[in-house]
Amino acid sequence: MNTNRRSLLKFAGLAVLGWSVKPALTVFAAGGAGPREAILFASRHGAPTGEKALKAGRWAMVIDTSKMTPEIQKKCIEVCHKTHNVPSIPTKQEIKWLWTAQFSDVFAEQSHPYLEKLTKRPTLTLCNHCDNPPCVRVCPTKATFQREDGIVMMDFHRCIGCRYCMAACPYGSRSFNFQDPRPFIENIDMEFPTRTKGVVEKCEFCAERLAEGHLPACVEVSEGAMAFGDLDDPGSDVRKLLGARYSIRRKPELGTEPCVYYLI
Amino acid sequence: MLEKALTGGKIYWGWLSLLLVLMAVGGLCYWQQLTQGLTITGMSRDVSWGFYIAQFTFLVGVAASAVMLVIPKYLHHYQKFGKILILGEFNAVAMVILCLLFIVADLGSPQRLMNVILHPTPNSILFWDMVVLNGYLFINILVGWVTLQAERKEVAPPNWIKFFIYLSIPWAVSIHTVTAFLYAGLPGRGYWLTAVLAARFLASAFAAGPAFLILVTYIAKIFTKFDPGKDVLAVLGKTVVYAMSVNIFLFLCEVFTVTYSQIPSHMAHLQYLFFGYHGHGVLVPWMWTAMIMGLSGILILLVPKNRKSDNMLIIGCILVFIGAWIDKGLGMIGGGFVPNPLHEVTEYVPTALELGVSLGIYATGFLVLTVMYKVAIGVKQEVEA
Repeated sequence: MNTNRRSLLKFAGLAVLGWSVKPALTVFAAGGAGPREAILFASRHGAPTGEKALKAGRWAMVIDTSKMTPEIQKKCIEVCHKTHNVPSIPTKQEIKWLWTAQFSDVFAEQSHPYLEKLTKRPTLTLCNHCDNPPCVRVCPTKATFQREDGIVMMDFHRCIGCRYCMAACPYGSRSFNFQDPRPFIENIDMEFPTRTKGVVEKCEFCAERLAEGHLPACVEVSEGAMAFGDLDDPGSDVRKLLGARYSIRRKPELGTEPCVYYLI
Repeated sequence: MLEKALTGGKIYWGWLSLLLVLMAVGGLCYWQQLTQGLTITGMSRDVSWGFYIAQFTFLVGVAASAVMLVIPKYLHHYQKFGKILILGEFNAVAMVILCLLFIVADLGSPQRLMNVILHPTPNSILFWDMVVLNGYLFINILVGWVTLQAERKEVAPPNWIKFFIYLSIPWAVSIHTVTAFLYAGLPGRGYWLTAVLAARFLASAFAAGPAFLILVTYIAKIFTKFDPGKDVLAVLGKTVVYAMSVNIFLFLCEVFTVTYSQIPSHMAHLQYLFFGYHGHGVLVPWMWTAMIMGLSGILILLVPKNRKSDNMLIIGCILVFIGAWIDKGLGMIGGGFVPNPLHEVTEYVPTALELGVSLGIYATGFLVLTVMYKVAIGVKQEVEA
């Protein structure tokens, strides 16, 4: 009798242990959207593998500051904000994916007063899709995640609006929907979702266009002042440009490894 | 024991009704925020955290202060603190509730709050902050309730509660350390990127928290016959003055590193806070006020005679408390965001609606605090009678 009770208790104990460990193991193995989204690491996801999709080991953007004129910049910003339904809100609660700032502010650590032609020049700024992104590290819900091809993405449906990523981004590349953005979009493009109030958003290197075989919208209209390609491929446009010309990145001392390069 | 909260005089019920009215006002303001979004606040693309997160950061410190009673009582057997220990623990409960409410009020999409638990993310410090805050809330409710029950029955508290009492010591340290780590690990925010931040947070907590406790004990003394004795508060006053001195010392260490190294991205924030930056400086008068209040609080409380005088102790504690509140509840967060990563200055001032929501949250916390203090002091007086 005693032995029986003992073995029953053992069995029950093991079963309870099993039930409690099993779901935890599932969580440790795959916490959410992707199989590689392990609980102990910042999340990384695979990229779309469709036939038409452009694929890369590591996507990067190169901006040629010598070819970039204010007119081209304006076109780039317009096409970006139009394709992605970025609202134009005229207050300090604005949304920006691609915008310009003074060279000496974008590259404060790398400018000096005698770079007279450069310092005042408007310079394109956007999300740098860092190799070691602080925003992904701090996000408490994995709403900001990184794909294996390097693109830092936003899941608008999972974001709780804590804005920790905005505090963590050393480039000020993120915007928050303080209010419903729809009334501030002139013509809604039905091909791309609009956002709701209470979520963060930013440039996603036109991930939705890459999936369909197109280059990012800004690169397409840049008249050759921007290049986009695979850093892992020695024959790619971006690698050729980076090999031939002198380039700089924003705040390299922070170790975030930005993947937007500026040719000087 | 909760029934003790249901009997009380006119002043008690009047105070509770006032708090309920303020909560209703806060609720209406929060309704505006729910329907229109955080656009009702003064926050912006550049200053993306404001008054709510600053209050949470400050109040974590007030909550952690219970440990300044637990350590002397349980590690050094300083029995006199036994009289107010329960007040410290219940104060921690109310303050952690305030912290959690402020975090929820700050969320852009509060309906998705549970995502933090559904998609646990250990690489995010915010995840750990949720763990330690809720854990501390649980520990203090448990410890407070069990020891108070034992006191009422006039028996020694059960032995198993000792484990949670000792656990509460490192846990109190953890809540403010983890909260400091929210800021201290971010690249490109010079004002926060310092290893001394967690230490400074703890020092200011152990000053502001006990100062608050002393003040509330005086209030309790006025309205009930509860009196922990003069020495207890004078000793607690000593904790306040030592902790505040350490806080100021750590701040000066920070000032030295920043100003002697002359690294612009670190200096800009201190410049903005104390002298203004490119003509902007809404926080300048506040920061100097905080400095002067903190220092004069220290000067008053350093004198042993002053700690024994009710009036001087109260004045000293008010000065320290407000000084620490301005520093953390206004300067720490605002100053960290200005100037922004592109060296542009966007200033932040909370809006009336934002302050309305905060008022409602504070009223909720004080309601919890009042009810719990009513119960605790009621039990103490029942035992004494």
